[in-house]
Amino acid sequence: MEIKLEEIFQEKIDQEIKIEPRDWMPEKYRKTLLRQISQHAHSEIVGMLPEGNWITRAPNLRRKVALLAKVQDEAGHGLYLYSAAETLGMSRDEMLEELHSGKAKYSSIFNYPTLTWADMGAIGWLVDGAAIMNQVPLCRTSYGPYARAMVRVCKEESFHQRQGYEIMLTLSKGTEAQKAMAQDALNRWWWPSIMMFGPNDDNSPNSAQSMKWKIKRFSNDELRQKFVDVTVAQTEILGLTIPDKDLKWNAERGHYDFGTINWDEFFQVVAGNGPCNKQRLKARVDAWENGAWVREAASAYAEKREAKVKNQIEAA
Amino acid sequence: MAESKDILIDYVLHLADNSMILGQRNAEWCGHGPVLEQDIALTNITLDLIGEARSLYQYAAELKGGDSTEDSMAFLRDVMQYRNTLLLEQKNTDWAYTITRQFFYDVFHYYLQEALVNSSDERLKEIAKKTIKESTYHLKWSSEWMIRLGDGTEISHLKMQNALNDLWEYSGEFFIPSATEIEMQSQGIGADLNALSVKWKSKVEEILNEATLNIPESSFQQKGGKTGLHSEHMGYILAEMQYLQRAYPGAEW
Repeated sequence: MEIKLEEIFQEKIDQEIKIEPRDWMPEKYRKTLLRQISQHAHSEIVGMLPEGNWITRAPNLRRKVALLAKVQDEAGHGLYLYSAAETLGMSRDEMLEELHSGKAKYSSIFNYPTLTWADMGAIGWLVDGAAIMNQVPLCRTSYGPYARAMVRVCKEESFHQRQGYEIMLTLSKGTEAQKAMAQDALNRWWWPSIMMFGPNDDNSPNSAQSMKWKIKRFSNDELRQKFVDVTVAQTEILGLTIPDKDLKWNAERGHYDFGTINWDEFFQVVAGNGPCNKQRLKARVDAWENGAWVREAASAYAEKREAKVKNQIEAA
Repeated sequence: MAESKDILIDYVLHLADNSMILGQRNAEWCGHGPVLEQDIALTNITLDLIGEARSLYQYAAELKGGDSTEDSMAFLRDVMQYRNTLLLEQKNTDWAYTITRQFFYDVFHYYLQEALVNSSDERLKEIAKKTIKESTYHLKWSSEWMIRLGDGTEISHLKMQNALNDLWEYSGEFFIPSATEIEMQSQGIGADLNALSVKWKSKVEEILNEATLNIPESSFQQKGGKTGLHSEHMGYILAEMQYLQRAYPGAEW
């Protein structure tokens, strides 16, 4: 029976028919997706922190409003994604509990600090740019609710990316101090950004299954290469230098070659030893704990209202 | 003539600074709200407030002329030149204080727009027409939170009553007119603060009553913000807000 169901399931996937919440799915497919979507949602929420850090210090009113709207979009993305993940049988509160206990992961990039205003540019340009490379294929991922959430997310992300690049462009045309600020941000965000695509293909054990299930459409290294190729030209326009002495055009491959990624750093940050892991998690836990009385009061009030309405109906 | 323009600028800046400083305070919450939906809701309000402040700063900058811009208004004036009331610069403290501060302002802000849509100043009238749509929603949102938390749990009730008691002394400054406001009212540009005060009290009483909260007995009211005599918070707010403009004078961002 199980084998038959699995065959039907794989057939649907092969025919590009979306899997919906009520459809039969292998337990491992459900778990993989739940892990991936909830991690993605957590990344949006934790990702609000490094940029939120600069809202009160934005250099002018136009930038302040744009940054606020951007960080708010990320909260919205978190909402769509938690909703998509809930269709797989776990509540948002349970997912948050896993985030707060450290069991669930989020994108490691957000464990790096935002030190100057140029970081708002670099994050939009590089981090959102890398996220888009990862996310555009997810608009066609096999699980319906995830694919649909990603369509909305991607539209906003591309706007964020342009906004970030525009900050970098303004800085690169500015004073010497601003140019130096932009270069410094590129230096710090470059390597973490290209790490965002995850380990090399030969070191990414779950990838093959995810490709077969069409959760993933391209391998980590394919996406990373695409990102590097696109970003080099953008960097030239800015007149900035990517901090990689091995970066050079390879005519034979039709791609840029680039230096070796420091995977030790990557795994250290994943393991919790990045510069801001503890602060980011603490900020989320604090927000949740400090908000507990508010959520409890809101539920208590809603229950009171409901009881009142019920009494009125009964009395009538 | 020049003097009357200065008075108008001072009035426009007062209106702008109120929404700007509350927006700046609210913005500190972004990413730290008690629940995702409310993080988004408060940020919406913040965006409205700063948006309104921008329209007003742009108007003030045009009146002032020269090199003035919305940004020179917001980022290059110091504490004693800011005209917001003391309430709006008070700390966020927690959700109870934030909601109470917001509610006091929303009631005032809503009735103020109701008056300014009839201002004899065309520009202020236009801005108020847009703002009143937003402040209607803000008032609904903060009123609901006052009620929900006041009549929620024992803990939430206590927290709300404390916030109310602490912030009450900052609620009256809206209605203590500055010389600028008196002049603006006499010209039909500004609002009648006495009339606003009656509406404010009545609305606040209605909501607090439904929220099972008590109006504090103390009637003493702090003032000073409208003439640049601020609390100690203000220097820190501006230090943070203006840091880049001050550290890199003249740079484009």
